[in-house]
Amino acid sequence: MPEVRVVNLTKKFGNIVALDNVNLVIHDKEYFSLLGPSGCGKTTLLRLIAGLIEPDSGEIYIGGRRVDNVPPEDREIGFVFQTFALFPHMTVWENVNYGPRVKNFDLKAAGTIGHEVLELVKLHERLNAYPNELSGGMMQRIAVARALAAGAKTLLLDEPLGQLDAKVRNEIRYEMRRMAKDLNLTAIHVTHDQAEAMSISDRIAVMKKGKIVQVGTPQELYMKPNSLFVAYFIGESNFLEGSVMEVKDRELLIELRGGDKVKVLGEGLKKGERAVVAVRPEVFMTRQKTQSENVLKGVVEKISFEGTFVRYEIKLKSDDSLIVIRPSLTENWFDVGASITLSFEPEKAHVFPYPETSLAEELSV
Amino acid sequence: MSAKKPIKYAMYLAAVAVFFALILLPPIIGIFTKLSAIQEVLDQPALMQRALNAVVNSFAIALLVSALDVAAGVPLAWLITRGKSKWLNVLDTFADIPFIVPTAALGYSLLLFWNGPGGLSALFGGSLISTGWLLVALLHFTFSYPIVVRVFVGALLDYKREYEQASRTLGAAPLIAARTVTFPILKPALIAAFILSFARSLSETGATFIVAGLFENGPVFLQNMKNAYSSGLVSQATYEGATVFASLILIVTSLSIFALIRILGSRLRLPFNRVWPTMERKFSYSKATAARNTVTLLVFLVIVLLPSLFVALPAFQALFTDTFSAAISSSGVWVNYWQSLFISYLLGAIVTLIGFVVGLPMAILIARKKFGGAISTILDLLINVPLIVPSIALGVSLKFFWQNFAFIPEFILLIFAHLAITYPYIVRSISAAFERISIDIEDAARTLGAKPFAVFRTIMLPLTKYSILSGAIMVFTRSVSETGATLAVVTNLQTAPVVIVNWVRALQNPALNTNITPSVVGLGCGILIVFSFLILLLLRLVTKGKGRY
Ligand SMILES: Nc1ncnc2c1ncn2[C@@H]1O[C@H](COP(=O)(O)OP(=O)(O)OP(=O)(O)O)[C@@H](O)[C@H]1O
Ligand SMILES: [Mg+2]
Repeated sequence: MPEVRVVNLTKKFGNIVALDNVNLVIHDKEYFSLLGPSGCGKTTLLRLIAGLIEPDSGEIYIGGRRVDNVPPEDREIGFVFQTFALFPHMTVWENVNYGPRVKNFDLKAAGTIGHEVLELVKLHERLNAYPNELSGGMMQRIAVARALAAGAKTLLLDEPLGQLDAKVRNEIRYEMRRMAKDLNLTAIHVTHDQAEAMSISDRIAVMKKGKIVQVGTPQELYMKPNSLFVAYFIGESNFLEGSVMEVKDRELLIELRGGDKVKVLGEGLKKGERAVVAVRPEVFMTRQKTQSENVLKGVVEKISFEGTFVRYEIKLKSDDSLIVIRPSLTENWFDVGASITLSFEPEKAHVFPYPETSLAEELSV
Repeated sequence: MSAKKPIKYAMYLAAVAVFFALILLPPIIGIFTKLSAIQEVLDQPALMQRALNAVVNSFAIALLVSALDVAAGVPLAWLITRGKSKWLNVLDTFADIPFIVPTAALGYSLLLFWNGPGGLSALFGGSLISTGWLLVALLHFTFSYPIVVRVFVGALLDYKREYEQASRTLGAAPLIAARTVTFPILKPALIAAFILSFARSLSETGATFIVAGLFENGPVFLQNMKNAYSSGLVSQATYEGATVFASLILIVTSLSIFALIRILGSRLRLPFNRVWPTMERKFSYSKATAARNTVTLLVFLVIVLLPSLFVALPAFQALFTDTFSAAISSSGVWVNYWQSLFISYLLGAIVTLIGFVVGLPMAILIARKKFGGAISTILDLLINVPLIVPSIALGVSLKFFWQNFAFIPEFILLIFAHLAITYPYIVRSISAAFERISIDIEDAARTLGAKPFAVFRTIMLPLTKYSILSGAIMVFTRSVSETGATLAVVTNLQTAPVVIVNWVRALQNPALNTNITPSVVGLGCGILIVFSFLILLLLRLVTKGKGRY
């Protein structure tokens, strides 16, 4: 049962701290994603788990066994590289059969496994092709098939879809999940594409600058971001700066920069403290007849039609800009220049203390 | 862009023209002008048999030595690139030492070490290895070793390690991963190393002659004929006939062999397709690795480094004697020495520079098949010619050729000769490096708006820096240490190796009654080695780090 656990893992490259004291548990048979901006240490973490590089400190367990001193070939993992790393001097069949061959599997059984995995990735008819004769999508599937044929129970995928075009990527990502689930594998999938991570993962770890910021299901991350960074990185958010006027249990009254007052739910903030309110674009309502709380007035600056949704850029009185998304077919559109009254429900917004440095710094990657 | 094309093609054509006019044709024409002399040899069956025997010996030794060199040099290259110690950079530079020692001094050094009373033989009472084929093989092993290391270090540095890592994650122990993935992918480099070392063994003259004793390979046969002619034992016709005959067979046979390697090489799979997982695992981890590294280092130290430096040993004693002060104050024999040292380094620098300028377009032409695959293959083969012609034969035939142009100063002649000898090294190493880099990378830079020259300067040059540096080092050291051809070409001008060879001869021939002592020779070699070593170290420091991808 390949549960993967890392404890206090740190890795430096010279002065760069690529991973800073990371703790993480990935459950058996889970489809898990490591998500974060470029350079945050995702690949480093994956390579440490695979044993391709050595940690400076910390412990790594796979299936309950400590593997820090176990070479990669004995960790029972499969690694899919971003560039696939298919052996250029071997055919598809030889690539797929490489694992069984070097692991001394019974060759007849190995042949069967090889055929099965090629069947699984639907590339059976390309047995004798060399990698340079394959398309990116095919190479990707061969790379996965190769790892599976070697008997991997844990799949480590480093941006496995990064080299593919958008359409293929969208198709293959569900296929990857289905395959992992069918075969009862534990999968760790590295990506910087939040839509990809959200759509296929059981759970996601959001990383930033060598640290894990939050771990949770896609819904948890979306509904209950624990930080400005997660609210910013997962989905989309408007950030409104202000300060706390009143605290009543979990209910906070915030005066925004432009003077508007809004009511939100939150904890850990004191009266007089600076705060940032995060509101997702689809949370705003535009047709509130009756006067309610949390009202913001502005002017439509820009409209873009995105198919299912219309996206408005709205200039508030305070000069702050807001993004608002509304369904495109069930409502009338606003025109550019139109005045608009927005409102949102207190429990749909999130409030965070104003970061010690600055908002821009906090959201920077 | 199309308007620029003619300029580009003109450049490539010019490179080809220079290659033919300056490097390939002069020695060949030199030989062909004397082609009729062959009849002389055909009329003497005994001489012909002797020449043929010598050529066969040449190939046997070359084959044996190159195989051993690849087997021994690859582990050192591996250690240098994969080891973690910061001393490895120094080790890397030390591996070049046999390059720097002038071949004649190298031969003398090995003779002292393996055969002389003061060397290793002292431990065993009497001479350990007598002159003959074994000592020749040892010598060739020693001077070819750095070539293999150089080429393979470059290849390993350019190698995308993900292939090997993929193999590891699929369950291959390190030894299996190297054997089934890394080596097959780096096969072109292995072949290049083999060819270079093979060619070097075929053509080396000066040192081989010193350690050969009664044994004759091609070059020694040529040298013997030359000596016999000088002392009036054979006629000029016989001498020229034998030279042309032996050189021609050497050239034709080795070109055929190279063509064969070239054609079969890409189809040839490395012989071990099978794997023995359980057994190979045993040889993959710490104890076996440590043992392998120890053996590798021992071979390097005992068979390559120590014997090469042995001649310089007296230099340490000389440091505290008059010899040293004489050397420093440049008196007596030393006047000549310092002058020759200057000439050698100047020559080396000029040859390296020109070699780079005329060799680079050729390397690109070959690597990127600018004139089509067939022409690339042919050029690639022809490049080897100067490598395999015994350096003495090359010198002699160059002399045959250039003596028609008496107005050319000797120094320029020397540049031509050294260019001819070293040209293949620079082209080989650059073209191999270019071949390893995907053309996609170049295309990417082009699509980003870089002009071809900018692509070269900003992309290809930095990516191939280590290989280019290796090429430059081979050219420079080869030029600084070249003896056979230099002796054949010049009459007045003396390079450092020429001075040292003369000294060695004086030592070996006490009848000459000069004031050359072993400590003079030792110090002379020592100074040359130290200077060259420092230059190489400096080169490496200047270009450090960045070239390693
Ligand atoms: N071999 C290395 N030598 C030096 N620094 C490294 C090395 N590998 C990674 N780093 C540094 O460590 C940090 C984390 O790198 P890593 O490759 O893990 O990022 P990543 O999250 O995978 O980014 P990306 O999404 O761009 O692939 C980066 O700052 C990177 O520059
Ligand atoms: Mg990465």
